Amino acid sequence: MPGKLKVKIVAGRHLPVMDRASDLTDAFVEVKFGNTTFKTDVYLKSLNPQWNSEWFKFEVDDEDLQDEPLQITVLDHDTYSANDAIGKVYIDIDPLLYSEAATVISGWFPIYDTIHGIRGEINVVVKVDLFNDLNRFRQSSCGVKFFCTTSIPKCYRAVIIHGFVEELVVNEDPEYQWIDRIRTPRASNEARQRLISLMSGELQRKIGLKVLEMRGNAVVGYLQCFDLEGESGLVVRAIGTVCTLDKLSSPAAHLPACNSPSKEIKEIPFNEDPNPNTHSSGPSTPLKNQTYSFSPSKSYSRQSSSSDTDLSLTPKTGMGSGSAGKEGGPFKALLRQQTQSALEQRGGSPHRFCRRREFPFFTLTAFPPGFLVHVGGVVSARSVKLLDRIHNPDEPETRDAWWAEIRQEIKSHAKALGCHAVVGYSESTSICEEVCILSASGTAAVLNPRFLQDGTVEGCLEQRLEENLPAGCGFCHIPYDELNMPFPAHLTYCYNCRKQKVPDVLFTTIDLPVDAIVIGKGCLIQARLCRLKKKAQAEANATAISNLLPFMEYEVHTQLMNKLKLKGMNALFGLRIQITVGENMLMGLASATGVYLAALPTPGGIQIAGKTPNDGSYEQHISHMQKKINDTIAKNKELYEINPPEISEEIIGSPIPEPRQRSRLLRSQSESSDEVTELDLSHGKKDAFVLEIDDTDAMEDVHSLLTDVPPPSGFYSCNTEIMPGINNWTSEIQMFTSVRVIRLSSLNLTNQALNKNFNDLCENLLKSLYFKLRSMIPCCLCHVNFTVSLPEDELIQVTVTAVAITFDKNQALQTTKTHAEKSLQRASTDNEELLQFPLELCSDSLPSHPFPPSKEHLESASANSGIPAAQRATSVDYSSFADRCSSWIELIKLKAQTIRRGSIKTTVTVEKASPVGEGTFRNRSAPPCTNSTVGVVKMTPLSFIPGAKITKYLGIINMFFIRETTSLREEGGVSGFLHAFIAEVFAMVRAHVAALGGNAVVSYIMKQCVFMENPNKNQAQCLINVSGDAVIFVRESELEVVSTQQSAPSCQSSCTGGEVTT
Amino acid sequence: MTSELDIFVGNTTLIDEDVYRLWLDGYSVNDAVALRVRSGILEQTGATAAVLQSDTMDHYRTFHMLERLLHAPPKLLHQLIFQIPPSRQALLIERYYAFDEAFVREVLGKKLSKGTKKDLDDISTKTGITLKSCRRQFDNFKRVFKVVEEMRGSLVDNIQQHFLLSDRLARDYAAIVFFANNRFETGKKKLQYLSFGDFAFCAELMIQNWTLGAVDSQVDDMDMDLDKEFLQDLKELKVLVADKDLLDLHKSLVCTALRGKLGVFSEMEANFKNLSRGLVNVAAKLTHNKDVRDLFVDLVEKFVEPCRSDHWPLKDVQLFLNQYSASVHSLDGFRHQALWDRYVGTLHGCLLRLYHD
Repeated sequence: MPGKLKVKIVAGRHLPVMDRASDLTDAFVEVKFGNTTFKTDVYLKSLNPQWNSEWFKFEVDDEDLQDEPLQITVLDHDTYSANDAIGKVYIDIDPLLYSEAATVISGWFPIYDTIHGIRGEINVVVKVDLFNDLNRFRQSSCGVKFFCTTSIPKCYRAVIIHGFVEELVVNEDPEYQWIDRIRTPRASNEARQRLISLMSGELQRKIGLKVLEMRGNAVVGYLQCFDLEGESGLVVRAIGTVCTLDKLSSPAAHLPACNSPSKEIKEIPFNEDPNPNTHSSGPSTPLKNQTYSFSPSKSYSRQSSSSDTDLSLTPKTGMGSGSAGKEGGPFKALLRQQTQSALEQRGGSPHRFCRRREFPFFTLTAFPPGFLVHVGGVVSARSVKLLDRIHNPDEPETRDAWWAEIRQEIKSHAKALGCHAVVGYSESTSICEEVCILSASGTAAVLNPRFLQDGTVEGCLEQRLEENLPAGCGFCHIPYDELNMPFPAHLTYCYNCRKQKVPDVLFTTIDLPVDAIVIGKGCLIQARLCRLKKKAQAEANATAISNLLPFMEYEVHTQLMNKLKLKGMNALFGLRIQITVGENMLMGLASATGVYLAALPTPGGIQIAGKTPNDGSYEQHISHMQKKINDTIAKNKELYEINPPEISEEIIGSPIPEPRQRSRLLRSQSESSDEVTELDLSHGKKDAFVLEIDDTDAMEDVHSLLTDVPPPSGFYSCNTEIMPGINNWTSEIQMFTSVRVIRLSSLNLTNQALNKNFNDLCENLLKSLYFKLRSMIPCCLCHVNFTVSLPEDELIQVTVTAVAITFDKNQALQTTKTHAEKSLQRASTDNEELLQFPLELCSDSLPSHPFPPSKEHLESASANSGIPAAQRATSVDYSSFADRCSSWIELIKLKAQTIRRGSIKTTVTVEKASPVGEGTFRNRSAPPCTNSTVGVVKMTPLSFIPGAKITKYLGIINMFFIRETTSLREEGGVSGFLHAFIAEVFAMVRAHVAALGGNAVVSYIMKQCVFMENPNKNQAQCLINVSGDAVIFVRESELEVVSTQQSAPSCQSSCTGGEVTT
Repeated sequence: MTSELDIFVGNTTLIDEDVYRLWLDGYSVNDAVALRVRSGILEQTGATAAVLQSDTMDHYRTFHMLERLLHAPPKLLHQLIFQIPPSRQALLIERYYAFDEAFVREVLGKKLSKGTKKDLDDISTKTGITLKSCRRQFDNFKRVFKVVEEMRGSLVDNIQQHFLLSDRLARDYAAIVFFANNRFETGKKKLQYLSFGDFAFCAELMIQNWTLGAVDSQVDDMDMDLDKEFLQDLKELKVLVADKDLLDLHKSLVCTALRGKLGVFSEMEANFKNLSRGLVNVAAKLTHNKDVRDLFVDLVEKFVEPCRSDHWPLKDVQLFLNQYSASVHSLDGFRHQALWDRYVGTLHGCLLRLYHD
């Protein structure tokens, strides 16, 4: 009997009137846990009952403690008829199960009814007495901490980052059980809420067990999702990153290291680098052999090997993959495929952790300094599946196998990029009827293995600072062999250190590393796309979708690339591509934050080429467009303050300037390239991305490029944690959710009209946000998260959650920024001076390149951007197509042995800890947890609160609500209904956090918002799933420390002492 | 492409003061959008009309949801659904309960009943205030009235406690409630020159001195109902004008004291008996409800108008009233000094306030 749960019902307030005669209520409460129920006395005739009950005690297994929610039902006593339910409160008692989190849950909870919404509040106190249980075979995993935050939580230190953990549980959806026909909507909703609560408890417990198995003590970046598969069931799945975390008792202990003046971080000969994998001397050829045991050509041939198997299943490699699985078939085929290709590859990795873990994935998006060595680029995989009923909920192999397949694919893509790990990893689904698209994406990366091993515990933290990774650009250096590039890309020498090769653009799913050197500010970049699809059934439908996917991926990518260039930037962070499937269309929405990385070359412009050069007016039109584009680029550069230091042509050169070979390379790759391909590095600042306007579609594309309106002045937006280039945040934050649904006007829509509608929808939504939040100017919308769904034939729903944070425009970045800027400037000038001989990094390839036939021109253009040229030509056959898609990833890693100037290091140091002395830390080490301001609970999708310090994590918040109405008009129509519901969800989240003793939710995310309406019946239903981390924060101004800097949100330097900015 | 659904929900509820005002003023969403466009907001922000429409809708929806809570302001403070900073909560409440001078003048002293509510159409037409806004204001009056009637303790305190209004606004509501309860006539033509402020001033004086609460703080309705016993007793004052000797003596005392000090001395001397008769008769009549209602009409007719027609300056009115009330203490034959003070003290203040153009 390892636990005793104690519950006390104190009082209620603002109860609804249940007895019309007296205008009062005779309320009592049922408290249920597992199969045990207690009741309070009936408190007669009051809307504000004071029950003041005894302690209700439940003696339960800790397994149940983890799985079961505490269920509190408030009822109105009725002598003659059945008691009427007023509403319920579900309390997840998980936070009480870890020693460091909350010790008591006590407070006012909204009483929620799925039909009426919130009806009054109830004051409850909950405690748990846990008995130690030494049973090794226990089924519970109490004590494992969960964090939604996708970085190492503040006030913890990562001792070891073990790696990926996943689990899923399935069940029948109560909504689709036969009994649902005879029970009330309320009973059905409640059954569903309860089931999901149970399932997520179970899931968390199972994940916890895996964590203990891996000898970790926490899951960071925990992402739990529901797949409402309709008839075929309900899947709850979760992924996360297992870590061993240490609570930071005294942050000062780590500070010396972080604070150590940059000058001391001297260049250390690279052979001292204890990581043999990261330094390959010389021009990187050895690296390939060391790092992975397969050659790129092999990864390309994988395609063919898998296509031997059942045709309909061909798991397409590459992101544009889709496999329309037949019922029953997929699993078998998958196994075969795995044995054939993937499994054998897995064995070859020399990295210890790779061997240990099946999937070297990390759901983190921000890392301790030194953790991320190189970034290879985005890897993603999708697969189309047909849902069938889950026959045995206890054996969810099918779903497991589906995901295993996808993950395997991701893993091999990462390998193809010369990376042994995937960071910023996430998974998602889109379901329409019986078709389901599974997607996974992440960023291939090379990590510093010392964080991943046991036993390196203490040493690594200090060591890593002395390491000689070029801070600020190291992660940009390519991890793959430039002579065996997995995809065509333009390489140049790093503009920062001049030592290593970098790609011309870099796409990633992670947050911008704190030490990255960025010029100017960043901005939100979105690609939006719709594709009509014929309505079809089952397999035909799945096939149609599979066939469309690669084209969508490709177009989304092209759009992103165009928009990035239009902004004058060269890297994307936080990239998230969502493909949504509907009855008659597919929608693609990609969001990312564009930045200008100092290490990467200046992006070329966009050139427009017409196809009929003889038509005068057409020419004129083209040149007009060209001018507009050039103007826009110039304007954007100004807007985002992108003024990279001028680098004269002379010092940039290309060692291998043979443009023609590049096209050859492409072609050869498109078959199966065993030959060693020669790399063409030729490109200069002048090279341009060419858009060919050969039909109206292309025209539309160009127009749509130009219709994206920049945010009004004073506004910035990004979808990453913080805005690159802004770090003087002030403390005002406003988290919000905005939902829009549009009905498409006609049934015979064209792709173009659809695209325009979708584009307008998103743009207008953004405009509305800017308008609404105008009182916060200057401010930045951070973590802008768009979700698209297609609830019905002609409906498009877009949900946005983000946080607006004010910043101080005038207080010019005081310490932090100025230092960073200075050192940045110094770095760049130093670098120039330093180069005693001009390094030829680039030469002008395009001018010298004969490209009269537009097609070839095109190829070179797309090659510049890293897109296989063949993709542009629609004539390409699909099989080879998919493969090359896999690498539309751009990016690269570094070989770390080269040392950069110490001056750059300063930026790291400065951003992390700035001039706070040790003394101040000591003062602060015991911050009084006085959350004096009663009631206010902040919510933010970010992992930090500007101007404040998180002192304690109280546990994970993971809530699922259903709301239904049969009086839609009376509740203000769909807008009124959903507005009220979302407000209620926020209220319930805040109440739970407050009851845990917290004053904020960080890493808040609305994972699902499924809205269905039936206006004819005056009905609507909505399901919302939210999660986040409940925390206690203390305002920095409240800390009794002379604050030397204004809230530096060093959020991303998730490690330890760096955070402790005063 | 039509927007089926369009919402914005902030963790902190966004309140746009301008839109709130438009909403309170009873404008429809479309009218509000038009007014906002006219204010030049589009030019300032570069927004489009569609954005403005969506924004306005959102705010209106929020206000609509908040309205239920505003009906019982303490609920707004304790509710969990909308996270609103305290200063904003106060603003929401204060503005919601604020009323238009023009409107309050129309309903002041009227019974807050369904019948009056039906007349709101006319009031709306007459004042140019939207019917919606009229309804809100009327309902506010009625709601406050319902809550505080039959309650013990100070009227202003009760209103403040239950509606969380500022001191000023609570006093105004006290006056409105007091007038509605006693049904003072304020709509007559000859009273049109009086502002709500004038009446509120008088109401406060009357509450302080003439209600039950002035003598006993432990009764229900203490500040709402006039002290019936006191009104009965006022009949006793009649002797001041009925007894000719007393009247003459009173007059001579006043005239002696004011001779040379009053610009309108001769007019005063000539009118003294009329004025005094008027003031005392008003008192004596207060036993009848009907006459209580006409209190202000009588005061204006019997005192303000005669003085005004003789062009008394305010200073002279003040001197006169001072002397008039004080001299009674020197009338040996008059035994109701305390009663007189309670009556005339309030009257004195009221008359001075009512005496203007």
